[in-house]
Order: sequence, then C-alpha cells, then structure tokens
Amino acid sequence: MRPGNGYWRRIVWQTDMAKITLNNIAHSYDSNSGHALKPMSHEWHDGGAYALLGPSGCGKTTLLNIISGLLQPSEGQLLFDDVDVSTLPTEQRNIAQVFQFPVLYDTMTVAENLAFPLRNRRGPDKLSNTEIQQRVQQAITMLGLEAMANRKARGLSADDKQKISLGRGLVRTDVNAILFDEPLTVIDPHLKWQLRTQLKQIHRQFGHTMIYVTHDQTEALTFADKVVVMLAGEVLQTGTPQELFDSPQHTFVGKFIGSPGMNILPCELQGTQALIDAHRVTLAREYPSLTGVIELGIRPEFVYIDDSEQSLPVQITGVEDVGRHRIVRAMLGSHPLDIIVPEHQTIPTAPRVLFDNKRINIYQNSQLLGWEHPS
Amino acid sequence: MKTQNNKAWFFVLPVLLLVAFSAVIPLMTVVNYSVQDSFGNNEFYWVGLEWFQEVLASERFHNSLMRNLLFSGLILLIEIPLGIAVALAMPRRGWGVSVCLVLMALPLLIPWNVVGTIWQVFARVDIGLLGHSLAALGVDYNYTQDTFDAWVTLILMDVWHWTSLVVLLCYSGLVSIPDAYYQAARIDGASRWAVFRYIQLPKMRRVLVIAVLLRFMDSFMIYTEPFVVTGGGPGNTTTFLSIDLVQMAIGQFDLGPAAAMSLIYFLIILLISWVFYTVMTHQDSDSVTDSRQGGNHQ
Repeated sequence: MRPGNGYWRRIVWQTDMAKITLNNIAHSYDSNSGHALKPMSHEWHDGGAYALLGPSGCGKTTLLNIISGLLQPSEGQLLFDDVDVSTLPTEQRNIAQVFQFPVLYDTMTVAENLAFPLRNRRGPDKLSNTEIQQRVQQAITMLGLEAMANRKARGLSADDKQKISLGRGLVRTDVNAILFDEPLTVIDPHLKWQLRTQLKQIHRQFGHTMIYVTHDQTEALTFADKVVVMLAGEVLQTGTPQELFDSPQHTFVGKFIGSPGMNILPCELQGTQALIDAHRVTLAREYPSLTGVIELGIRPEFVYIDDSEQSLPVQITGVEDVGRHRIVRAMLGSHPLDIIVPEHQTIPTAPRVLFDNKRINIYQNSQLLGWEHPS
Repeated sequence: MKTQNNKAWFFVLPVLLLVAFSAVIPLMTVVNYSVQDSFGNNEFYWVGLEWFQEVLASERFHNSLMRNLLFSGLILLIEIPLGIAVALAMPRRGWGVSVCLVLMALPLLIPWNVVGTIWQVFARVDIGLLGHSLAALGVDYNYTQDTFDAWVTLILMDVWHWTSLVVLLCYSGLVSIPDAYYQAARIDGASRWAVFRYIQLPKMRRVLVIAVLLRFMDSFMIYTEPFVVTGGGPGNTTTFLSIDLVQMAIGQFDLGPAAAMSLIYFLIILLISWVFYTVMTHQDSDSVTDSRQGGNHQ
C-alpha cells in the first residue's frame, strides 16, 4: 500500500482511476437520421476536471451516456487506460453519474441510499457490513449530511437530494470517473454556488476525474480546468477557460463564451489591414490573400472608445449597465458591435472606437487562422 | 367577508341536491326500514335494533360473509400480483403499446351480465368450449354440481374480467417513472429485483392503493356474474351477501332484515376499505422514526 494521510487518502491511492480515451466514437439514434455525435477522438486525463459545454441538443448528454455505458456508440471504441470497454455494461465500468433531476430511492433512508451501490455488489467485490458502514459514514461527513443520515430520502430539498446522488458515486472507491449531467438545473441560485464550490473541493481533495455537462458558461468556466465546447455533435474546441477566451478556434466558441460574446464582423483582408465595409482596421500581422468567408473577431473587452485618427465611427443603439461595467450596443456601419465600457468613463454622443489589434482574431470559414489545430 | 362566504354555498347547492336525491334520501329510506316492521297496509312499528341483532346472529349471514371474504381475498391475491407482472411485461414504446392497451381494455368494456353469460356458456360441459374440452380430456369438471369447480369458474371469470384494470393502473404508474431512475440503478449496479423493489414498487404504490381498493370493493359487492353463472349454487355454496340480500328483499319480501343487512354490508365494506387504505398509505408517511442505520440491514 502506498503511503497516505488519513483514510480517504488511502482509498484514493488504492483506486485505479483511469485515463478515458474516445477513439473515433460516433453515434446516431436511428440509422435514417444523421449523427447525433460526429466521429471524434478525445482523451480525458486521469483526475482532470472537465466541462462539456454547448447549447441544448449538441450531443453533450449523448457523449456522457456513451462514457457511462447507458448508450452503446454506433461506431468507435472507448478505452479506460488501455482496456476497450465499449461493450462492457454500465455496472462493470465503475462510473458514477449524477443526473439533471436528483434520483433517490424514496423508501430508503439517506444512509441506505448511500449504501445501495455497495450493497449491490456480489462475488469477490462484496463488502462487509462494517466496511460499508464506514464508507457511508465518510461520505456523509464529506457532504455534510450528518443531520439527515437516518431520515427517509423522500421530502428532502433538491440540493440535499443532489448531494446524495453525488454521494452514491463517492462511496465507491473504484470509480473511474464521476459524470455530471447538468446537475444544478433544479437547484436554487444561491445554493448553486455553494454546491459548485463543494464539488471543486471534493475534486481537489480526492482527485476523481470529473466530467461536467452544462449549457451554462459560468458553471463550465468556474468548475473545469479544461472546457470542451460542442456544437451539433462536434467538438469545436478543447481548452482552458483562458484559451477559450483569448483564442476561440471557431466563431461559435467566440460568440458562446463571454458575456456578451465576441464581435464577429465580416471583412476583407488587404495585407496588414482589414476592411470592414469602408472602415480600415490595422492588424498586428500580415495575412496572405484568402478565399472563403473571412471574418474579424474582437471581444467587447478589447474595443475601446477612442478619438484618434485610426478609430472607427459607430452609432449607439443601447446601453446596459450591469454594475461593474456597461455594455454598449452599437452599429459599425451595418454590423452590430458590442463594447464594454468601464463605469466611470463617459460615453460621447458620436463615439469612435479602436480595436486592440493584438486581440484581433481572423477567421476563415468560421475557423481561426494562425492557430495550431491540435488534431 | 361573511356574506361572500355564505353566497359561496349556492355553488355547492346543485351538487348537494343531486347527492341528496341519489344517495342520502335512498339511504335514509333503508335506515327507516331497518328499524321498523310492517304488516302491510303501510303501517310501521318501531322495532329498534332487532333486525340488526337477527341478521348478525343468523348462520346464513355468517356463511355468506365468509364466502365473500374468501372470494375477495383470493381475487386480491391473484389479480394484484398478476396485474403487476403483466404491467411489467408490457412494452414501453413502439406500436406494441397501443395494441396491448386496447387488448387490456377490452374485457373492461363488457357489461357484467354479458361476462356472466359468456362464461356460463363457455364453461358448460355439454356445449361450452372450456367445459367440453375439459370433459374430453377426461377432467371431471362440472360447475353446476361441484362446489370447487363452481368457485374455480367464478374466480377465473373475475380474473379474466378485471385483472386488466390492475394492469392499466400499474402500467400508468410504471410509465411515469423517469428514465433517469433506471439509468441511476444501472450505474449503481442494481439487480432486476432491486429495481423492482426500490424503484418500481414504491412508484406504483399510489396506483396500487387505488387498485386494491377498487378490486376489493367490486369483488366484495359481486352480484351479476355469479347470479348468471351459478345462481348461487350448487346449493348455497356461491351465494354471496349480495345474492342473499336480493333473495331476502325481493324473494321473501323481508324488508326489515334486508334493510338491516344492507346497512351492515355497507359498513363492512367501508371498514375493510378503510383498513386497506390506512395500512397502504401508512408506509408512505412513516419515515423519520425508522431506527435502522444505513449500513445495518440488508
């Protein structure tokens, strides 16, 4: 046994969590319709906190269910470390999953609910009663459920129920990963924050691989080390929150991440200059002449109100004050442009704006240029 | 405020009148008969509780009551588990759903006396498909002469007629269980039995209460089918309380004892239904005081 400090440490050392590899995984729900999940390869590192982010219906849940085995992929292999588990049934994959709506066994007490996955074991994996009780006790302490341990699960609040659902995954020492399918949907806003913090804590403390599905960018960005952005059954980009902010690989990622999202303006390239309608923007580097749809992306954070000779005239259509700053909705010619303006700065009636040219991204057919595609 | 509240009574009035004419007034007539005796000429004499004492003391009543209890007990023991089993076996999606639902609903659409007639003919030894086939196979079956055969026929008939009600109720309970429960059970490695015991059965509890109550009350009040099939025979062996009551009230025109008996009959049904209801819904609410520790029991 490897050294550790304390019981839980020991259990974590003993577990054999694994790297999860998707090898050309694809799925379609019936053969007539297209792919719900287009062929993709991806690696989830052991102990990472990932978020799967995307609009409803983009295939996030499908991907999650393929990993847990609730769904058989139509194509491709799923590997845990180097073992092909594509055909293994759910119960043999040792995956814990928390669903959008809390699932509890109503007739059991909270403690019995937590013990349930352990009690279901048969054969050589069967645990003794003392062992089960010990682990249940640990999970209860971990989640702060002491007060309700011997209560029937029926009638608890949504956040407690969701904690118990999570607890049923945590009592198992051999989980390869814990999957979350929009687990905070039914939780009150002020408790969401609390639960997410608790989740992060548990992740730091015990190092389970966690994959968290959500359509809420705040949840994704605060929870995950790596965010996977999906659209229409495809992974558009995988990266740290910082990478997604600075260099969205796809215009959709730019628009989806950020509040408000990135401004995407159609343009024409002329050497080191971009032409947006009749307006000239100087770029930080020179681009070759390109075919296809060329667009310029600039985050509202990097558009400044400025009165130099290079700046562009805009018409303001609206101002939203969100407290820490204001969002100015404007038109640059015929294109909408969002600008973030600090609280103290006055907004002139006929403003001109300047783009921070180190922050400008150029897109060809929605794909970022000058970005090394990690494929 | 006060006047507004009083006006609200007018909304209830139509229903009150309807219930009064359909239930309360007829019931009070029965109560009236049960405490009086008449010698014709519309003259009535107060007898107090004499009729009740007579009915409760009579062996004829005891025997019929025992037959009713046995019949309802058997019906519940067969139809509830069978109904659950069939509901579990029914498909959840696809074209099979509507086919099954229609097939299940068919027996429920047939009037009682038609069901009785169907089985009366079906089970006849001389021309009935069932009776004749059994006779041809060498089984000594005759529901008009043998008590056991008569009971088997009546129970089979009731199971055929009413199990689908239990099936439909249970099925409605089962389809209302979200998929996530089954998925979570798979994640937790639950066996088929554990899924039934901890997910499906608890979620069916409410509809099962309704199913048990309905099947108890209906089987306890059964009249038409045994009347048509066996006429209460052979001998008195399938004479249930309802048949007995009709014989007493219309056959013998003993209105006093018949009225007393129908009130007792009604109270028994009410009492047993209450017991069922209380027992089945009690488990629902008893919760916090359960002393079992999480890890301690299997």
